[in-house]
Amino acid sequence: MSDTHAEGAVHHHQPPSGFIRKYIFSIDHKVIGIQYWCLALFAVTFGMLLSLMMRLKLAWPNAKWTMLGTLFPNGFQDGVMKPEFYLSLLTIHGTMMVFFVLTTAPQGGFGNYFLPIQIGADDMAFPRLNMMSFWVTFVGLVFMVASFFVGGPIGGWTGYAPLSSAGVVTGPGQGLGVDLWIISIAIFCIASLLGALNFITTTLNMRVKGMSLMRMPLTCWAWFTTAILSLLSFPVLLGAGLLLLLDRNAGTSFFTPSIWVTGVLQKHQGGSPILWQHLFWFFGHPEVYIAILPGMGLASQVLSTFARKPIFGYRAMAYAILAIGLLGFFVWGHHMFISGMNPSTGLVFSLITLTIGVPSAIKTFNWLGTLWGAKIRFQSPMLFAVGFVSLFVSGGLGGIFLGQTSIDLFLHDTYFVVGHFHLIMGVAAIFGMFAGTYYWFPKMFGKMMNEGLAKVHFTITFIGVYCIFLPMHLLGMAGQPRRYAQFTELPYLQHLEPLNLFLSIAAIVTISAQLIFFVNLAYSLLKGPKAADNPWESTTLEWSVPSPPPFDNFGGKIPVVYHGPYEYSVPGAAEDFIMQTSPETVPASGH
Amino acid sequence: MATAVITKPGDDGSKRKATLDAYKLGMWLGVGGITMLFAALTSAYVVRFGEAQANNEWAIFSLPRVIWVSTIILIASSVTFELARRALKNGNTQAFGSWIAITAVLGIGFLAGQLMAWQQLRAQNVFISSDPHSGFFYVLTGTHGVHLICGVLGLLFVAIRRNRYSATSRTAVEVTAIYWHFMDGLWVYLFLLLSFWR
Repeated sequence: MSDTHAEGAVHHHQPPSGFIRKYIFSIDHKVIGIQYWCLALFAVTFGMLLSLMMRLKLAWPNAKWTMLGTLFPNGFQDGVMKPEFYLSLLTIHGTMMVFFVLTTAPQGGFGNYFLPIQIGADDMAFPRLNMMSFWVTFVGLVFMVASFFVGGPIGGWTGYAPLSSAGVVTGPGQGLGVDLWIISIAIFCIASLLGALNFITTTLNMRVKGMSLMRMPLTCWAWFTTAILSLLSFPVLLGAGLLLLLDRNAGTSFFTPSIWVTGVLQKHQGGSPILWQHLFWFFGHPEVYIAILPGMGLASQVLSTFARKPIFGYRAMAYAILAIGLLGFFVWGHHMFISGMNPSTGLVFSLITLTIGVPSAIKTFNWLGTLWGAKIRFQSPMLFAVGFVSLFVSGGLGGIFLGQTSIDLFLHDTYFVVGHFHLIMGVAAIFGMFAGTYYWFPKMFGKMMNEGLAKVHFTITFIGVYCIFLPMHLLGMAGQPRRYAQFTELPYLQHLEPLNLFLSIAAIVTISAQLIFFVNLAYSLLKGPKAADNPWESTTLEWSVPSPPPFDNFGGKIPVVYHGPYEYSVPGAAEDFIMQTSPETVPASGH
Repeated sequence: MATAVITKPGDDGSKRKATLDAYKLGMWLGVGGITMLFAALTSAYVVRFGEAQANNEWAIFSLPRVIWVSTIILIASSVTFELARRALKNGNTQAFGSWIAITAVLGIGFLAGQLMAWQQLRAQNVFISSDPHSGFFYVLTGTHGVHLICGVLGLLFVAIRRNRYSATSRTAVEVTAIYWHFMDGLWVYLFLLLSFWR
């Protein structure tokens, strides 16, 4: 290893020896990163299986599923799925994916593992707090899974009041299920807050000599901005969740007006359901960027590395991330255009929403500029990064339609919205995670992944997700509303049945293709060839240490940074890349 | 060594550690998060106030008098904490120990005062579910109270380990001070909100 007695301070690093301290309650950011990553892997599998059941219902609404009926006796009647069960599937699918996958893996997983190494630190600023963040997240996950199995809430991941606040009278899973669901989210908020302040402090205080802010890899910029968004938005959701819990359990009326449910007048009086929407979306919109920004950072990193070119417009990229993060706080109203909002207010929200197109376009053009004229290495991380850019653009275009009040009136709560946010927030972010996994797996586990399997995985997944989510836009324009378990009773939608069937088949194929990924993971962990220190010939600090890195990341030596993060194909340099830690100085002209 | 500059590996073979500045920054960020929580609750308060007033559902009750006492206690506790912090900075560890213990006692006194306020309201038949005004009173004081309990736990932690701190090693004290003063200021804000926006 690199524990040499060369110049600089050398010290003996002592990883904890017991199993529990080493792998379970570890305070090492690398172990915690892998823990987050595994948690997200479980959550994504869980959420994916729920969506599979939803697609079965949508394609074959009256089919009998005897085996599923045995597994979920309350959700099926004579083998036919009940609509309430379908609603609980979509609620838990959404919540699980948004919180425990999209928020957890890119930030908690990869961010935890690589932020400290990329800025030259031994660990996060507060290692114990870091461990606590993970285990609190884990408890939140337990509550979420429990919420599904006690019946499952039916109100969707946005939990709009008064459906979410009126209690068990509104449906079978609306009692304990919703309480557990809110508690799970509240716990997750606290975990994310603790994580966020750790990320920000680490970025600002733990950078090594030479690692100025403008020399940070764009991944670090993305994690940093994401942490700021988490810090400012999760408390708002926490407060809203608290009020919602009180409405349900203490008889208050913050969100609940006086309403009749199934012929019974409820005790509540005067509460404002729109207030819930404001509080929820003040969190909910930044949350979208919490999910996607780390993917943007990673796409930049991977595109530059595999195009063997510096990232086009580094500063513009960093500022665009900050701009997207900042603007993300002023657009929550575009989720509420049809809530009875004053049209002038709607116009303002609409204008700010469309303004986000500017930094987004800056990023997109800079990614394309990075690829322009490059000798691209089409290895698996690169394929998924290019896929990310493609999905981001396709999803973003749908956003331009939805961001306008007049068009949104028609498209609101249709499958157009479902297609849009699945492309941009769902699969784009997932492609970021796949790119991250294929890119960093060698560093994290010291083994290379199988390139052939990865390419098959990419091809099927890339075509598959477009086959699922592009036609959803068409369904939406044809007027198919979201969150309906069945459309057979609506004559004006019956001609869409073949398209719904096609979507379901595409979903089944795409979900099955993920088995290739899992096989690749298991096979590579066990039998993969050993990874070199820097298999992709990348420049950032994590590639200057062994794979996997030693306990204190740098083997007792303190790295010094001399270069920016993306110095590829520098004229006059000895190789086509210059490591950030390389003291090499390049003459003004080639030699 | 907690106040030493970082980027120096620990002599005992541990990882490089965060500095006092990092801990302070971390606490300021935590305080920022808490501010957002109360900003959210405040906005909910303002919205519900407006709607409830329009519908004549906003019942005004008089704030319990004991709140004045607890407010004074909390402000006093910030003063004693500041005395403790300065004593430690000047190396007077004995005075530090006494002042920090007094601060903890005052903190517990404040919490007791808040509980008495709740009891006085209950005696007037003002419950959390009575109307939006009382609901927010309980929510705001309760949420602040939970945060203050965390502060008291932090104070007790510091008080029990008072002999370990010195003028050069006082990270936990400095960080707890930020939190405590913030909780004090937050309470004054809530007190003004509840007193005047009604």
